[in-house]
Amino acid sequence: MSRPIEEKLLFEKDHPGRVGASVPPSDVPEVDPRTLFGDMVRGAAPAFLPEMSEVDVVRHFTRLSTYNYAVDFGLYPLGSCTMKYNPKINEEVARLEGFARLHPLQPESTTQGALELMATLQNALCAITGMDACTLQPAAGAHGEFTGVQLIRAYLENQGDARKVMLIPDSAHGTNPASAHFSGYAVEQIQSGPDGCVDLEALKARMKPDVAAIMLTVPNTLGIFEKNIAQICRILHANGSQVYVDGANLNALMGITRPGDWGADVMHINLHKTFSTPHGGGGPGAGPVACKAHLEPYLPRPVLAKKEGRYLWDRDRPKSIGKVLGFNGNFLVLVRALCYIETMGADGLKRASELAVLNANYMRSKLRPLLELGFDGPTLHEVVFCDKGLPGGVTTLDLAKRLIDYGFHPPTVYFPLIVHGALMIEPTETEPREEMDRFVEAVAAIVKEAEENPAYVKAAPHNAYRRRLDEVAAARNPRLTYKP
Amino acid sequence: MRYLPASEEDIRQMLGAIGAERVSDLFASIPEDLRLKGPLDLPEAVAEPVLRERFVTRSIRNSSPTCRPCFLGAGAYDHYAPAPIDQLLMRAEFYTAYTPYQPEMAQGTLQAIFEFQTMMADLTGMDVSNASLYDGASSVAEAALMAHRIHRGSTVLVARSVHPAYREVLRTYTKHLGFTIAEVPYGADGRLDLAALKGALNPDVCLVLAGQPNFFGVVEDLKAVAGALEGDKKPLLGAVVAEALSLALIEPPGACGADMVCGEARSFGLPLGYGGPYLGFISTRQAHMRQLPGRIVGETVDADNRRGFVLTLTTREQHIRREKATSNICSNEGLCMLAATIYLASMGRKGLRDLALQNLSKAEYLKAALRAKGIQPLFGAPTFNEFAVRVPSAEKATDAAYKADLLGGYDLGREYPELEGGYLLCATERVSKLACDRLAALLGGLS
Repeated sequence: MSRPIEEKLLFEKDHPGRVGASVPPSDVPEVDPRTLFGDMVRGAAPAFLPEMSEVDVVRHFTRLSTYNYAVDFGLYPLGSCTMKYNPKINEEVARLEGFARLHPLQPESTTQGALELMATLQNALCAITGMDACTLQPAAGAHGEFTGVQLIRAYLENQGDARKVMLIPDSAHGTNPASAHFSGYAVEQIQSGPDGCVDLEALKARMKPDVAAIMLTVPNTLGIFEKNIAQICRILHANGSQVYVDGANLNALMGITRPGDWGADVMHINLHKTFSTPHGGGGPGAGPVACKAHLEPYLPRPVLAKKEGRYLWDRDRPKSIGKVLGFNGNFLVLVRALCYIETMGADGLKRASELAVLNANYMRSKLRPLLELGFDGPTLHEVVFCDKGLPGGVTTLDLAKRLIDYGFHPPTVYFPLIVHGALMIEPTETEPREEMDRFVEAVAAIVKEAEENPAYVKAAPHNAYRRRLDEVAAARNPRLTYKP
Repeated sequence: MRYLPASEEDIRQMLGAIGAERVSDLFASIPEDLRLKGPLDLPEAVAEPVLRERFVTRSIRNSSPTCRPCFLGAGAYDHYAPAPIDQLLMRAEFYTAYTPYQPEMAQGTLQAIFEFQTMMADLTGMDVSNASLYDGASSVAEAALMAHRIHRGSTVLVARSVHPAYREVLRTYTKHLGFTIAEVPYGADGRLDLAALKGALNPDVCLVLAGQPNFFGVVEDLKAVAGALEGDKKPLLGAVVAEALSLALIEPPGACGADMVCGEARSFGLPLGYGGPYLGFISTRQAHMRQLPGRIVGETVDADNRRGFVLTLTTREQHIRREKATSNICSNEGLCMLAATIYLASMGRKGLRDLALQNLSKAEYLKAALRAKGIQPLFGAPTFNEFAVRVPSAEKATDAAYKADLLGGYDLGREYPELEGGYLLCATERVSKLACDRLAALLGGLS
């Protein structure tokens, strides 16, 4: 296909009289809703539910799909997003009817297979993280953060004082401060030292009775392992405080080192990052929380239990923080994650982390002659460059947009905030070397273009389905629904 | 390992480029005493054919509505999803893409979100909708946080007839934020008790939440609820829609005076999936759009003045505002939103109404069949595709149904001690008249 077809909106394709799905004939008498509901009957039919044939619908969404970039096309090097390959067998098993059509409130006697699967996943996550207990209820990473912070809060409250302050480094994801805030904590930012790690002396000086916990991403968003993590845990614990680990970057660590062994109290795990479940264009994910035994009584209820060889939901959990999701977690995401873990096995997971770090360091070494590092120091699964030295007044954004023309999804840009014009690159272990080489060649070509014809780079993308979109106008005059 | 492309030769060459000898050298920044000494305590890798069998075995150790007509609803309804939905979701361009942060190469996802927002706003009778939340329960909690930002009051009045799990999640989310969560009782007919609501109002009430239909399947007189709210500091009215299919038949909350509509749209083309992933949503009036949580897509133009779509109003979000964001949500339920968009386009306005009508008719048939066997409804108010009855024992009812190869209803006594013997039954298009008759005969025969 030379040029993608310009696909209209669904509402512009409305063709009254067409049907796109068959409603089965009814075998019971039809009821007149007016006699039942009176003036609570819907008056006007929804104008914006289009009438289309199945063919129209399939073509519409197939055309839309061609405007997207995806992991199955190529390198998707978004730092801290872990855009690894999404295995096809995972998709297949998650669609088995015995999982997909299971009602969340069925009696446990009718869901033993699902419960065994969840218990197996919980045990695997505890083994990988070095933790004692686990809940699969949170639906995403930020949801897991919220759950984990609530556990800390409930525990501290039970000790007599919930305390007031959550310490969060300036390199953290925005979800960390937001999750702490919605748990009723004041957020206090701690500055990274010149090596990109937590400044121990400053941390020690801050140890007062108001500190509830610290939230640390390890390795952090610069890809740097927090080398003093064990000492940090001891400092916090000596102060009666807790340690939360954001597991967003767990992909660097599987089988190599475990947060539970460092002394961390609680962490969340992004199954849609480390454990290969697809990102789906913005979810669904899953954000299980693993914790040490002292936090276990506070886990969201119900908790999976086993009695006389049968699994069941234990609802009698008086200290529980309560439910965080309506039902049992994003179960079909959990199915995929366990399928991945069992595919990889203990050695495969370790190998995945090793190769993720190898790939990131390979890209780092190949890109170093072209771009300037944000922090100079050993990095693990991702590397952050800055915009210093980009020629011709070209910015990080320009470079990112020009990469689109070369057929790549850009890296994470302008994050972490502590690096000027950050370009954060995480190739993951599933990238072949030649794909990374192709990316490096594209960056080299763009840097050269920036020297010779910066205006062209600044106007990129040129070959995408759309050129640069006016985000300022979108926010100034929001049009959030279709108006004919 | 088939997901790991690096050959020994690749590894050697990459290490050469890095200037390292061994892969383990790359982990030198991790202190030696923190390294795991042995292997992870996990089983060995399993080959794909063997693993597939293992998952099939796990799946058939469950008994799903595939072989047992399902009368269990309570927030999760067994509807059919047309085949194109899953086929289209399987397009890698959708399911292996990230959040559309680079709009020039994510117009497919962005346009679909814009279409979803439009359809959800239309269905709920509101001006705007967001791009999804985790599920119905968390959408109620987000609605409360949102109402507090708009109104400033800290008391939420939630109908006791709102889904019990939704109310629990609401309490979890607001526990440490200085909220007061108070329940409004239901009346003898199963509808929200208006007199009790009026009595509970005070200037600190920022939000009144009513189910539509409520947890008992009862259709609320939402206009009367809206009419009961008055004064300068009158609270917002939020409708909680746990069964989105009802929107095709029941007057949309926006036309009844609601200020926000939140709930669960899983019925639109998504599997029951033992509880997730589901599809929370929230829609509201234009005036409140800047207080919405989560992702929102807006229309704009590109440098050539062609129509395009972008994530917008992002200054509400955590990656910009950090602790001052309207929510901590980041990953949401993108692919579920896409499923719903495809579903709604497939059904169309007529198909969705026909389906809703059939659900209503099935439930009314079941209700009548039960009545004929001496099983009476618990409440007198009209219901949609779900209703409560009184049985001698909910536990016995469920056991008896299971023995007859049916998935029975929900034991109301579990969360409502005052409704001991109350049994919630739902009938969707997927249960036959025959199955309804069998259930009625069976429950009528219980003692």
